[in-house]
Amino acid sequence: MCMNSLITVWNALPFILGGSLVTIANVCVALGIGLALGVPLAVGQCYGGPVVRRLVGLYVWFFRGVPILVLLFLFFGLFVWIGLPVEPFMLSCVVLGLTSTAYQSQIFRGAIQSLPQGQLKAARALGMRDAVALRCIILPQALRLSIPGWANEFSILLKDSAICYVLGTQEIMARTNFVAARTHEHLALFAAAGLLYFLITLAGLHLLKRLELKMQIPGYSAGME
Amino acid sequence: MTQSVEPVLRVRGISKSLSGKAILKDCSMDVARGELKVLIGPSGAGKSTLLQCINCLIPPDAGEIWLENEKLAMHDRTSLCAFRAQVGMIFQDFNLFDHMTAEENVAIALRKVRGMSAHDAHRRAQEELGRVGLGRRASLYPAQLSGGQKQRVAIARALAMDPKVILLDEPTSALDPELVGEVLAVIRDLSRGGMTMIMATHQMDFARALAHEILFMERGVIIERGTPAALLAPGAGTRTQAFCTSLLDMGGAGEPL
Repeated sequence: MCMNSLITVWNALPFILGGSLVTIANVCVALGIGLALGVPLAVGQCYGGPVVRRLVGLYVWFFRGVPILVLLFLFFGLFVWIGLPVEPFMLSCVVLGLTSTAYQSQIFRGAIQSLPQGQLKAARALGMRDAVALRCIILPQALRLSIPGWANEFSILLKDSAICYVLGTQEIMARTNFVAARTHEHLALFAAAGLLYFLITLAGLHLLKRLELKMQIPGYSAGME
Repeated sequence: MTQSVEPVLRVRGISKSLSGKAILKDCSMDVARGELKVLIGPSGAGKSTLLQCINCLIPPDAGEIWLENEKLAMHDRTSLCAFRAQVGMIFQDFNLFDHMTAEENVAIALRKVRGMSAHDAHRRAQEELGRVGLGRRASLYPAQLSGGQKQRVAIARALAMDPKVILLDEPTSALDPELVGEVLAVIRDLSRGGMTMIMATHQMDFARALAHEILFMERGVIIERGTPAALLAPGAGTRTQAFCTSLLDMGGAGEPL
């Protein structure tokens, strides 16, 4: 790499850093969708009737079984077909969000099922309705247990989000590619892009680790710190 | 102790099968106000299942439950919740809510089931924890308490709901021997205070000293019942007595109170 490459990267940096905001927004919205939909799916899979369980199973099977790249084009086609406005950022959020829902639901399901049976029994024995027991007893414990798996999901989703550049979402990958196509400084530019992803992952995992420690139940030493 | 004529709790013909195997066959009992009934019998006799059938944590296949002359509609969620709120349950392995302090464990059902304000629930929880000698441990989490303390929190949690009956499923079986006494002492005081209880236990000395009636269960059937004096008298020739003798031989009768 020579001085010219560095100058190219330096000049493109504001443009690419702007893309990292798009990437972060994309991942946050998708994680939010996954959280909002994944929890009810997990609850349905654990406590629902046979029909609900089957439906959740089908959902998870579909979104875990189809590549995100295929889903992006599939949903693009779907949006065009039903006449919805096709906006790349929104479409990326929907596809990543629905995919993350499938994975997150399995994180939460595992956490719920790892709680001792006695927790629900004790809540019921006190006269709590199942909905109250779920909200006050089961989910607060299950969500704590989910944080490490959720951190993993965050780091995977962040890197999966790069593929949304195919739709024209103006995130890190798309902007880097745009500059590289004009300057032919692929090595320097993509090294910078990789570093950017790395730093965002590091920062996110650090925050989630702090959340995990903050949420830790006193007296429970899970071998952390 | 005064016992009213009408039983607080009537259990009629409870049967339960799991995967084709009969766990309980036609179990019945009347529990008078202030009475302490003790269920004994070998492991797998169905003591725990019977207790959990009484508040429908395990729904029975057949039978009726009556609380103060009101028949429990087992399939109606609202009446089931109302019934359970009046019937306390103590588990072998405590089942405290691990993410809550001792005080929150006691207060949560007061707020969410009885609809008490946070302030009132807090006061009542402090009071109940004080009653089981844990007033100064209120802000600790279950993982910071000993087994005996955990079980006393569980008892406080049940007491806070003003139960008409408390079901105790081997409350001391998971405890280290030196911690059994503190829990039995709380249960003894409750019984002396007139609390109605059904307790499954292997603590024969406790049963002998405090039970008003002993029910002996084997293979899902209550095969003997009577006062400790009648069932455990030397030479009574009962199945209960033979069982107790075998417990004593193994040194498993527990510490005397």
